[in-house]
Amino acid sequence: MSSFFSIVLAAILGLLAVASAIGFILQRRATEPGSVATVHNLNARIRSWWIMVAIFGGAILLGDTAVVVLFAFLSFMALREFWTLTPSRRGDHLALFLSFFVVLPVHYVLLGTLWYGLFAIFIPVYAFLILPAVATLTGDVNEFLARTARVQWGLMLTVYSISHAPALLMLQTGTPSALLLVYLVIVVQLSDVFQYVWGKLLGKHRFSPNISPSKTLEGLFGGGASAILVGTLLYRLTPFSPLQAAAVSTVIVVAGFFGGFVLSAIKRDLNAKDWGYVIEGHGGVLDRLDSITFAAPLFFHIVRYWYTT
Amino acid sequence: MGEEEDASGRPIASRSSSWPVALVRRLLVLFVRIMVGARSEWRGCTPDPRRRIYFANHNSHVDTVAVMAALPWPVRRLTHPVAARDYWGTSAFRRFIAEKGLRAVLIDRKPLPESNPLEPVERLLEEGRSVLIFPEGTRSASEEIAPFRSGIYRLACRFPDVDLVPIHLDNLQRILPKGSWLIVPITCTARFGKPLRIEPGEAKDVFLARARAAVIELADGKHIA
Repeated sequence: MSSFFSIVLAAILGLLAVASAIGFILQRRATEPGSVATVHNLNARIRSWWIMVAIFGGAILLGDTAVVVLFAFLSFMALREFWTLTPSRRGDHLALFLSFFVVLPVHYVLLGTLWYGLFAIFIPVYAFLILPAVATLTGDVNEFLARTARVQWGLMLTVYSISHAPALLMLQTGTPSALLLVYLVIVVQLSDVFQYVWGKLLGKHRFSPNISPSKTLEGLFGGGASAILVGTLLYRLTPFSPLQAAAVSTVIVVAGFFGGFVLSAIKRDLNAKDWGYVIEGHGGVLDRLDSITFAAPLFFHIVRYWYTT
Repeated sequence: MGEEEDASGRPIASRSSSWPVALVRRLLVLFVRIMVGARSEWRGCTPDPRRRIYFANHNSHVDTVAVMAALPWPVRRLTHPVAARDYWGTSAFRRFIAEKGLRAVLIDRKPLPESNPLEPVERLLEEGRSVLIFPEGTRSASEEIAPFRSGIYRLACRFPDVDLVPIHLDNLQRILPKGSWLIVPITCTARFGKPLRIEPGEAKDVFLARARAAVIELADGKHIA
C-alpha cells in the first residue's frame, strides 16, 4: 500500500482520538437530561467507530479474501435485520431459507472467484425468477406480488448492492483496488458523520420530518460539501484527477444520501426506528450501510466503465 | 453426584455435568445466538437467579433454546425448561439435547390417572431452582396464542410466593415454522414482562386468562389475541 494510505490511516486514527477527547469533555460538562442522552449516544457512536475502523482496517490489511468474507457477513447481518422487521408468511419460508443459505453465499463466491458475468446477473435475473417459482410450490397466493417484491428487494439491497463495495477489488485500474474501497467507505461514512455533526450544530430546517426526522437542510448541505471536499483531497487514493475526484465524490454523496433516505422510508413503513441493535449508538448493520447500498453500485460502475485498463 | 431419579425411576435433569456436556451446552447456546439472535428485553423485571416460574408462548422447536440463550448465564444455570416426554424423549439424540444440553425436565402430557405429572417440576422449585414452562401445551400452528392449560395454575397454587414471569417470543413462527426443519435466521427477541402471582381465592379460569393476557400484552399488538 502507498505511503499516502498510511497518512490517511493516521489521519483517521487521529480524528477518532480527537472525537474521543471531545466526547470525554462533553460528558463532564453535560448536565441537563436531554444533553446527557445526546452525549451518551455520541460517545457510544465514537466507541463503535473505533471498532468498525479496526475491523474494516484489519480486513483490508489481511487481503482480498478477508474483505470479501467480511462483506458477506455484513450482508448476512443486513439481510437478517431486513427480515426481522419485514413481514413474511409461511409460504415465503423456503424462499427466505434459499436467500440466506444459497443465494447470498453463491453471490459472494462468484465475487471471490472474480466471475463478473454471472456475479452481475445471478441475483437480478436468476434469483428473481427462481425464488418466486419456489414460492408458488406452497400454493399460497395471498399478496403474492407484494411478497415477491419484498423477497427480491431484500436481496437487492442487502446482498447485491452492498457487495458492489468489495467488488471494487475485481477491478484493474492501475492503483491498488483496495484503496478504491477505502476511498468509497471514507467518503460515504464521512458524509454521514458530517451530516450528523452539521445537523447537531446548525440544523434548523427539517428536510423531511415524515421520513427522517433528524435530517436537516443545514446538515445535508454542510455535510455533503464537507465530504466532497475530503473526497477531492483524497484523489491520490484513486486513479482520478482532483477535478474528477470532486465529481465522483459528489455522485457518492448524493447516492449515499438517497440510500439512507430510501432505507429510512422503509423503516418508517415498517414502524421501526432502527434496523437492528448490534452497533452501539448506530442501531443495526443496515443503519450503518444504508448509504453504501446506493453509493457502491454507482461508484463501482463509474470506475469500471471509465477507469479500468 | 449421580443421576437423580424421579418417583417412577426416570432420571431427571442432572445437576452437575462433565465438561463435554458443558461444552455441548455452550455450543448449543452459541449456535442459537448466531442463528436466531436470541436477544432479551427485560421490561417488567430484571435478570435474577432467584427462584421463578417463567412462562412463554410456544410456536416453534427453537422456543426453549431461544429463551435459555436469552437468559444470562447465572440465571440460565439454575433454570430448567419443562419439555414433553412424548416429543423430547423419543430418541437418544433428542433426549440428550433436552436433558443434557438444556437441563430440561421431561414430563408426560397424558399422565396416568392418579399420578402427578408436575411432580419433578415441583421438586426443582422446592430446591430453589427456576423453571420455564409453555402453558399452551403444544406449539400453535398460527401466530395466535392458544388458551393456557392448567399446569401453570397448579404450580401457582402450590408456590404462591414464587414470581411467575411472562415471556413473549416473537418471530419464532417465521424462524422455524411447524412442519419445517429449515431455519431462517431472523432475530428473535424474548421480552420479559412484569411478574405476577396468584391472588388469594382466584379462580382457575380467571388466573389462566390473566397469565395469557400478560404474554399477549408483551406482543405489542403484533398479533391478535
